[in-house]
Amino acid sequence: MVDYDKILSIEPYSLKKKEKEIFLTKILKDLTIYHCQNSMEYRKIMDSLGFAVEEIESYYDIPALPVRLFKEYDLKSIKQEEIQKTMTSSGTTGQAVSKIYVDKLTSGNQTKVLTKIISSYIGKKRLPMVILDTSALLRNRAAFTARGAGILGFSMFGREKFYALNEEMQLDIEGMKQFLKKYEGEEILLFGFTFMIWKYFCAELREKAYRPDLSRGILIHGGGWKKLASQNITSEMFQQELKDVCGIKKVFDYYGMVEQTGTIYMECEQGNYHTSVFSDVIIRRTEDFSVAGIGEEGMIEVVSVLPKSYPGHVLLTEDKGVILGEDDCPCGRCGKYFRINGRIKNAEIRGCSDTYADEYR
Amino acid sequence: MTNLEKYRKAFIDALEIEEEKVEIEELAYQDIPQWDSVGHMGLIAELEDTFDIMMDTDDIIDFNSYKAGKEIMKKYGVVIGE
Repeated sequence: MVDYDKILSIEPYSLKKKEKEIFLTKILKDLTIYHCQNSMEYRKIMDSLGFAVEEIESYYDIPALPVRLFKEYDLKSIKQEEIQKTMTSSGTTGQAVSKIYVDKLTSGNQTKVLTKIISSYIGKKRLPMVILDTSALLRNRAAFTARGAGILGFSMFGREKFYALNEEMQLDIEGMKQFLKKYEGEEILLFGFTFMIWKYFCAELREKAYRPDLSRGILIHGGGWKKLASQNITSEMFQQELKDVCGIKKVFDYYGMVEQTGTIYMECEQGNYHTSVFSDVIIRRTEDFSVAGIGEEGMIEVVSVLPKSYPGHVLLTEDKGVILGEDDCPCGRCGKYFRINGRIKNAEIRGCSDTYADEYR
Repeated sequence: MTNLEKYRKAFIDALEIEEEKVEIEELAYQDIPQWDSVGHMGLIAELEDTFDIMMDTDDIIDFNSYKAGKEIMKKYGVVIGE
């Protein structure tokens, strides 16, 4: 079966194409067998596709489940009493939410992988941390939204943590001043969701003419661009605004989803999203689901070694993207690097910060 | 207070343990509802404050039981004792 201790001891960006394919195929094939045995729904889906596990030669051969299946069905490969946490995607009223069931093992592995990926960027040392969101998200400990799970996962990197927004999503300027004074001259880690940062942090700083000095800050953000893209705000504009209002220069975006928590795709210094050894991105042509070449746009499929408590190891997202290359990004990390080109037409609006946007527009 | 008493107290305070109901010496991560991922960060913060140390992320992850924690504390020059 899947030996996670061994898997998780590998450095996140260390395997080249060939080795990585062998590595992932073994694990993802084992997981497919495991889910067929432990999730009746998953097996039914695989059977209906006429799919036989023995035919897997590469992880590219494993059928991808559309992410929206997790909204329509309770897909899990554990018993009810083994559920440790239920994580939900960020749907609001009227939108169905994905429900992801995790047990102790899967939840622990999610934290471990996230930590490995992030510390390969910012180091193992923990920093004073500003969370550009509200602590209210963590109130219900057994059920997290994607936003809550993100905050909790990243808070591992914080020494003392400061939540910059109160429950009404207002910036606590006094609290922020005190916190920054205490850690003056030190490197500070900031974390938040893209749209929230834009709307409740950047805009507020502009309005109040408060200009904190965060020139030593490192900002990690995620949650999707859909909402900002619809306002014609690009990644460059976002970064420029941050530089203008608080002097942050180091800004890393990441791509990830609650259905595969842990295996996120961090943006490198070159502005490319990177796959770690624990997961991969496959671009599929919309016409026939065949594998698109480098530079060719298609639907994003994501595979991850982590989903064991639920059959989410091979998923078709509703995003479009392009592989830019593999093993040869100038940043030096191995693995595929890619760009995201937005949502597939007619896909529902979804993304950690995006649904909030709908509700409070 | 001895280091052992302080260590024990950090668990009791951070995880809101009722001493008579839980065998703290045998406690492992996720054994009780309070020691979940949220509680874990609270426990780490409590221990760091108590002993004036700062743990690495790896050690926070490996800190998965009362016993394992004692070994990890040694790395930071804190000997808990039996």
